[in-house]
Amino acid sequence: MTDKNKSALSSALNDGLNWVDARFPLTSNVKAHLTEYYAPKNFNFWYFFGSLALLVLVLQILTGIFLTMHYKPDADLAFGSVEYIMRDVPWGWLIRYMHSTGASMFFVVVYLHMFRGIIYGSYRTPRELIWLFGVAIFLVLMGEAFFGYLLPWGQMSYWGAQVIVNLFSAIPFIGPDVSEWLRGDYLVSDATLNRFFAFHVIALPFVLVGLVVAHLIALHEVGSNNPDGIEIKKLKDKKTGFPLDGIPFHPYYTVKDLVGVSVFLIVFSAIIFFAPEMGGYFLEANNFVPADPLKTPAHIAPVWYFTPYYSILRAVPPILNSQFPGVAAMGLSVVAFAFLPWLDKSPVKSIRYRGMLYKQWLVAFVISFLVLGYLGTVPSNIWGQFGAWMGGADRATVVARIFTVVYFLFFVLMPWYTKKDKTKPMPERVTG
Amino acid sequence: MKKLLLTLLLMPFLATPLVVSASESISLDKAPIDAADHESLQRGARTFVNYCLNCHSANYMRYNRLLEIGLTEKQIKDNLMLAGEKIGDTMKVAISKKDAAKWFGAAPPDLSVEVRARGADWVYTYMRGFYRDSSRATGWNNTVFDKVGMPHVLYELQGEQELNHETHTLKLVKPGKLSVEEYDVLVGDLTNFMAYMAEPAKHQRNQLGWFVLLFLGVLLVLTYKLKKAYWKEIH
Repeated sequence: MTDKNKSALSSALNDGLNWVDARFPLTSNVKAHLTEYYAPKNFNFWYFFGSLALLVLVLQILTGIFLTMHYKPDADLAFGSVEYIMRDVPWGWLIRYMHSTGASMFFVVVYLHMFRGIIYGSYRTPRELIWLFGVAIFLVLMGEAFFGYLLPWGQMSYWGAQVIVNLFSAIPFIGPDVSEWLRGDYLVSDATLNRFFAFHVIALPFVLVGLVVAHLIALHEVGSNNPDGIEIKKLKDKKTGFPLDGIPFHPYYTVKDLVGVSVFLIVFSAIIFFAPEMGGYFLEANNFVPADPLKTPAHIAPVWYFTPYYSILRAVPPILNSQFPGVAAMGLSVVAFAFLPWLDKSPVKSIRYRGMLYKQWLVAFVISFLVLGYLGTVPSNIWGQFGAWMGGADRATVVARIFTVVYFLFFVLMPWYTKKDKTKPMPERVTG
Repeated sequence: MKKLLLTLLLMPFLATPLVVSASESISLDKAPIDAADHESLQRGARTFVNYCLNCHSANYMRYNRLLEIGLTEKQIKDNLMLAGEKIGDTMKVAISKKDAAKWFGAAPPDLSVEVRARGADWVYTYMRGFYRDSSRATGWNNTVFDKVGMPHVLYELQGEQELNHETHTLKLVKPGKLSVEEYDVLVGDLTNFMAYMAEPAKHQRNQLGWFVLLFLGVLLVLTYKLKKAYWKEIH
């Protein structure tokens, strides 16, 4: 191409862009969210998980669209239609495994993303709303996963849904009506499958995408936190007005996130191609038995990402013959994250400048979360029983109770231990 | 080496695999599974069609899928399709669920994905675990499935076993047409076929996986170099 042609082409493109900009804020949006969105330059690997969560969301929506083309939301046909996808639809097995693995990987990246927010204090002022949108995303995601899990119509799908919907009947007075209303029947049935399908493919994805947009708008309004937990907007270049410790998101973090995406895809593909069941954690063996309302499985366990809360549900003993305290504790254990911005009284945000007291509580919380998560996957008699001195209680149940208490103390005592904690002075500039 | 790398990569997830079978206390024998062994799969398919497919359907398995394990359309039609089905049909049975439930106490389950539900080792051990039990209506019981409704369909081949209730070991008391070794091979082939049938795309999936990982490995090198090049100027 000659120089003359080149300049003619670029001026034509320029004219086109001007035409669009006069009618739609394209250039200004690209600047505000990408090329002139200044992010702290000291992001570490914890900061990959936000963009990865967005990637998984897109993958779930795309694979979901193709699954919907072949899946039949009908109690007589659902199980068979999934097998049809696995066998007769070209590349159907790949699309289905991407979707089932994607569900679990969504929770993996979201849990790591939330943990990043906790250790670097990303929920603190002025980012409380980003955090609240995030908690809402987490709640909707749990609903999305729960509704989706019924669709293969296997034994675990069926009985898992039966157990969870029955939880609502523990709510005083209105409970039984609520669970009947959710099911659309007296037990999980074709009517339930149809409405869960509607929730899973349209209602919740819609809400999810809306919340993700709000999460990002709020983030770009106040700017990203960083591993030092200091505000980069306080120190700006006198001439340009851009933060001294900031770099444009594009190209720097777009190319960096591509590295994260590459590593993620390697792990993701290794699971899809070599261990899609993940030893029974991602796809449960019992879910390859079609749903049978007359045959209750010996052991009903939710998928791994729900097990910490399920453990809490089982750990809380019934009071006055009512299961409601357990259900309330489980609900609270999820919602508790929303209160973090107001529970944390520390003068510093990042774990780098916190003292030992906070760190000990954080470690105790992480251990509780993992132990409860493990115990939720196994029957409560797994470790046998204590002797008569403990009334012959299941060992695992007692352990779950102790860690349930620790789990809640992390939140309840936070105002106290974050105030008392001996913090270190924060630096002026980010430390890399 | 490839296996080792993969194991390391997946270690945190594979650390404590969930118990597949509901009956934990029974030790299962390792099934000889080899999705690349077409002769074994073909022998297993013949055993499946001759003995299992009378009562158990495989509603999600199409006859013409067997082209994949090295059979020709003519071989499938002449040897495996006995009731005038079409080559694209799935493996259905004539027995009605209602009748079957009346005869055996429970309708025989569809076996398309049985191996994924119970595990290949369970199927392998189960098919070798029948013993004589006069207290049962069928006259048969099973070491891995107590009070099973299914009679021992392969007893002519295996013969009759008795269970020593103290040592919990099986003893062959009346030999069948096959020796113990021959019978184990037959059940091994059958299990291999059922494992293949439970997920026909598995072999292709595993082979393709290495190319995908190789591609992504190259992509990682390129994206890493790209990132390095851009970030040179950031201090």
